[in-house]
Amino acid sequence: MTTAVDMRHYVRSDKIEASPPPTLSRGPLAWMRENLFSSPLNALLTLAVLYLLYVIIPPVVRFLFLDAVWTGTDRAACREDMVGHPVGACWAFVVEKINFFTYGSYPAPERWRVNIFFLLLAIGVGWLLWLRAPRRDLGAVYFFWVFPIASYILLTGGNADFGLGFWIKFAVVGLVLIGLLAGAASLLGTSIRTALIAAAAIVAAVGVTLAFIDWDFGLLPVPTSLWGGILVTLLVATVGIVFSLPFGILLALGRRSKLPILRLASVIFIEFVRGVPLITVLIMANTMLPLFLPPDTGVDRLVRPLVGTAIFASAYMAEVVRGGLQAMPKGQYEGAMSLGLNYPQMMVFIILPQALRIVIPGIVNTFIGLFKDTSLVSVVGIFDLIRAIESSRIDPNWAAPTISYTGYAFAALFYFIFCWGMSRYSIGVERRLAAGQTR
Amino acid sequence: MISMASTMTAQQTRSTAIDPRAEAAVEMIGVHKWYGEFHVLRDINLNVRRGERIVICGPSGSGKSTMIRCINRLEEHQKGRIVVNGTELTNDLKRIDEVRRDVGMVFQHFNLFPHLTILENCTLAPIWVKKMPKKDAEEIAMRYLTRVKIPEQANKYPGQLSGGQQQRVAIARSLCMNPKIMLFDEPTSALDPEMVKEVLDTMVGLAEEGMTMLCVTHEMGFARQVADRVIFMDYGQIVEMNTPDEFFKNPQHERTRQFLAQILH
Ligand SMILES: Nc1ncnc2c1ncn2[C@@H]1O[C@H](COP(=O)(O)OP(=O)(O)OP(=O)(O)O)[C@@H](O)[C@H]1O
Ligand SMILES: [Mg+2]
Repeated sequence: MTTAVDMRHYVRSDKIEASPPPTLSRGPLAWMRENLFSSPLNALLTLAVLYLLYVIIPPVVRFLFLDAVWTGTDRAACREDMVGHPVGACWAFVVEKINFFTYGSYPAPERWRVNIFFLLLAIGVGWLLWLRAPRRDLGAVYFFWVFPIASYILLTGGNADFGLGFWIKFAVVGLVLIGLLAGAASLLGTSIRTALIAAAAIVAAVGVTLAFIDWDFGLLPVPTSLWGGILVTLLVATVGIVFSLPFGILLALGRRSKLPILRLASVIFIEFVRGVPLITVLIMANTMLPLFLPPDTGVDRLVRPLVGTAIFASAYMAEVVRGGLQAMPKGQYEGAMSLGLNYPQMMVFIILPQALRIVIPGIVNTFIGLFKDTSLVSVVGIFDLIRAIESSRIDPNWAAPTISYTGYAFAALFYFIFCWGMSRYSIGVERRLAAGQTR
Repeated sequence: MISMASTMTAQQTRSTAIDPRAEAAVEMIGVHKWYGEFHVLRDINLNVRRGERIVICGPSGSGKSTMIRCINRLEEHQKGRIVVNGTELTNDLKRIDEVRRDVGMVFQHFNLFPHLTILENCTLAPIWVKKMPKKDAEEIAMRYLTRVKIPEQANKYPGQLSGGQQQRVAIARSLCMNPKIMLFDEPTSALDPEMVKEVLDTMVGLAEEGMTMLCVTHEMGFARQVADRVIFMDYGQIVEMNTPDEFFKNPQHERTRQFLAQILH
């Protein structure tokens, strides 16, 4: 029965029961033979990699851990000639400077405000990123409205002190806006009541925001020139990330729009911003932004690079999103249109959710790039983590051969942890989405 | 005389004969369309009365899809007039929305939304276009899903259903908008043979309820069973139009005879 039989007619009469697969070889030795040494080439590669690891890992471990100095108050602890044995990373330096790395020159008695900012940021990020978190709609309101206001007040001290004249102007502008929207609604023949409510809600939201900023909470004002370190790095990255996605989406839609003006404007913006280095954008934002605005509105030193990074990241994000939009089959648009959905509804409910899902890896890639690019703001005099490390490593108090390496190792670790976290998160999301539905 | 008489009997054998004075559901008057230089639709004149079932057939590339897609403005015509339920299609977005709300469409490749569940697929448009409360929309969706015999799949995603089931969901999704006219563009040609019947049965059911239907299909059995008129298109033109009995028994135009010979074997 083991030979193949040449048959003309065949009807199966018995059913073959399912049986387990033939036993696979198990155990570490068998595994190694199968996976690492299955062929001469494979064996060679394995040996080469092992050799590389042997060359790289022991010195790194020795530098970072075995020979590292963990305690000490000045350079004496980290100099080979003073302690009498080889010295690796001088973590004592990082420990001593950690406050400076974290807060920059933010006044010490006020640093609790920065800590609360970190906490609020963590809550917001966690709320939004945890897909099964309760009330994620509230989370969005928190992250995009409550959190920015609270952060602004906490970090700067609030108390903008607008004065009566400002509030009168605001009231006038608000009333005019409400009137305009109501007028537009009656012209378009849509419900005037809805328009009134919407306009009043917008004006009220802006008013409440401004009132909070205006209010004197009795916090000591801290000018942005004193901010620094991780605080600034996270701030720039958060603002860049939060603004780049919506603006990128708008730019991508603009680039695919049927209206020539809109399309041209988007193309010019994207290609121009993508065509110049980030440093150029930052320097331009630094020197040119004040020129575009009325002379008496002094743009804060820190706001300029924030705008620069947000603009830069938006252009990249736009192209990533456009890739997703292009991958959408035409049938999805047609299905949506045939049901009578209008353009915004079609985009928000049908196209964007799918297009963005496709490009999650690209989006996260852009975020990671942006996160690391924030280190360039130091070029325009912003005191981010890299600048803080740069200025600490030349502190004569800590003059020791390995101080610079230690500082850079710390920076690398910091950036790596955040970028790796983003990467892991995106992989997790992709897996969950893939499990949820198949095409 | 003879052909007139047989037309009469054909109409009488149908359960719901169409009153020739019934209101027009779709009027196409001298419609032309070009894709760039290519003249896809050439002088289309078609009047569909309310409750009428039209089957459109013709060789590939003859413009069948383009014609019915002009009716809900998925394609724009460049000459002539198209009036749907008394609303003329122009560049006015409001009118286009109005027409699309009244015209359902079922596609060859279903075009379900893969990121939404079956129920969400069905309730999305009623909730956002018709501003229906979510509960009512879900109730209606379940009613139509029951009608197409898949209520138990409501919480699955389209990718988890068979082709025939997906197409029935697509029909239910259109019906949830309570359309006055249904357009079908080769609804069964992407399906495995054993699933064709379940979709056709659903469509026959719809026809029996008096839905106005325009259906591009090569299912000639279906055409015989439900159509009031069969249209044959070639080179962007309506070549022949007749009752199914006459159309199949006694095709007039040379091209029609060739085409029928090919598909009927
Ligand atoms: N977007 C387009 N741009 C240019 N030409 C097009 C476009 N869509 C369709 N055509 C052409 O128009 C003609 C008619 O297309 P249509 O899809 O209406 O044919 P059809 O009768 O539905 O054919 P089928 O039976 O293959 O679906 C075809 O020759 C096709 O190549
Ligand atoms: Mg077609």
